[in-house]
Amino acid sequence: MTDLAAALAAYLGRQLGTGASVSALRRLPGGASRETWLFALATADGRTERLVLRRDPPGHVIETSRRHEFLLLREAAAAGVPVPRVRWCEEDPAVLGAPFFVMDYVEGETLARRLLRDAEYAPARAALPEQLAAALVRVHAIDLDALALGFLARPSAETSPAGTELARYESLFRALAPEPHPAFELALRWLAARLPAAKCRTLVHGDYRVGNVIFGPEGLRAVIDWEMVHVGDPMEDLGWLCVRAWRFGADAMAAGGLSDRARFFAAYERAGGGVVDPAAVRWWEVFGNLKWGIICIMQMQTFLAGVKSVELASLGRRTAETELELLDLTEGP
Amino acid sequence: MQDRPTARELLAAVRDFLEADVVAELEGVKRFHARVAANVLAIVEREIASEEQTLLSEWERLVRLLGVPGTAPARLDELRASVRGLTEALVGRIREGEADREPFGRTVREHVRETVREKLRVANPRYLGG
Repeated sequence: MTDLAAALAAYLGRQLGTGASVSALRRLPGGASRETWLFALATADGRTERLVLRRDPPGHVIETSRRHEFLLLREAAAAGVPVPRVRWCEEDPAVLGAPFFVMDYVEGETLARRLLRDAEYAPARAALPEQLAAALVRVHAIDLDALALGFLARPSAETSPAGTELARYESLFRALAPEPHPAFELALRWLAARLPAAKCRTLVHGDYRVGNVIFGPEGLRAVIDWEMVHVGDPMEDLGWLCVRAWRFGADAMAAGGLSDRARFFAAYERAGGGVVDPAAVRWWEVFGNLKWGIICIMQMQTFLAGVKSVELASLGRRTAETELELLDLTEGP
Repeated sequence: MQDRPTARELLAAVRDFLEADVVAELEGVKRFHARVAANVLAIVEREIASEEQTLLSEWERLVRLLGVPGTAPARLDELRASVRGLTEALVGRIREGEADREPFGRTVREHVRETVREKLRVANPRYLGG
């Protein structure tokens, strides 16, 4: 057993009050800002199950809380969003070197390229626009007043959620970008001049896209990666889903490479979501491209700060992709 | 003057090794990272081939756009620093709102688009294909 497996087994044994052993521990691909590990747990009474460990890597620029993600997953399950069942959460870094939580393993695929290209997933491609829309409606219906969600910051009544998010990412950009980015400056001015008013304020997933869902050949199985949740304008999640980077080349299908915008918006409304304002979603799509570009810079800064990762390093050079998209989207009046 | 292989040729040799031998031997996260590493080397190969000429074009566009006189620095590191300084000046003018007005705004956007295309021709030429 590796050190991590041994420490995890000791922790789970303490939680369960029985002898526990951990095997087949392996890190899953993806997740540049968060580690995800799959393992098998066997207990002294002879039960075995497959579980997933989510752990913070040390020294990252993007600071989120594993406890918050744990609590959100619990509330999401209560609201009927398909999510993995969460089991244990530990914030003491002494236990596994960094805060973590453990959840059930959901069998399935997460690689968006496979979803968008493999013949096996043709039924999933057909079903997902409606399934993603329905699950998103449930995300937006999560009770903000639930006691467990008291940690969520609320945008003040005087500022629009759009203004709050724009200010947040602009200050991250100003603090972190090592080079000038005229394309981002143009986008910031375009966005600031067109802030949409939110019709309502809901929980926003913040990273709702193909790549952050587990799917099978038949379609959606679970919504994952709840680390960017906040309170805001539900239109934000619809715009983010349309960001070009998540289409993986299927650019004719703006909504996640799966459908055009109109079909996805209609499905969202049919599933009981509020009326979709295409102009607001468009603003959030532009903002989403800017946000993804800034996240690329943040990931690259984590590398510059000393975290050795060729993946984080390479993300710095993806910033230009978002710059071109921003210029294309903001061309014209 | 170094002997052959050139820096680009050496990088290509390492990239070929990663693509042909290493990726096939690995799986999971390491396989993915080996692919990323090979792609990073391809970026550096393209950058070495084009950097000086691209910087010079960018410098010439910037001095025209900003209306500042001067001759392009002869040394590559000075040229790089000069382009950076000019771009910071451009950013200052965008933030002052000058690019919100035409015709300056249009020429700014044309320059920025060309600069972004130059970055993508190095970082990800396929992105420009579609």
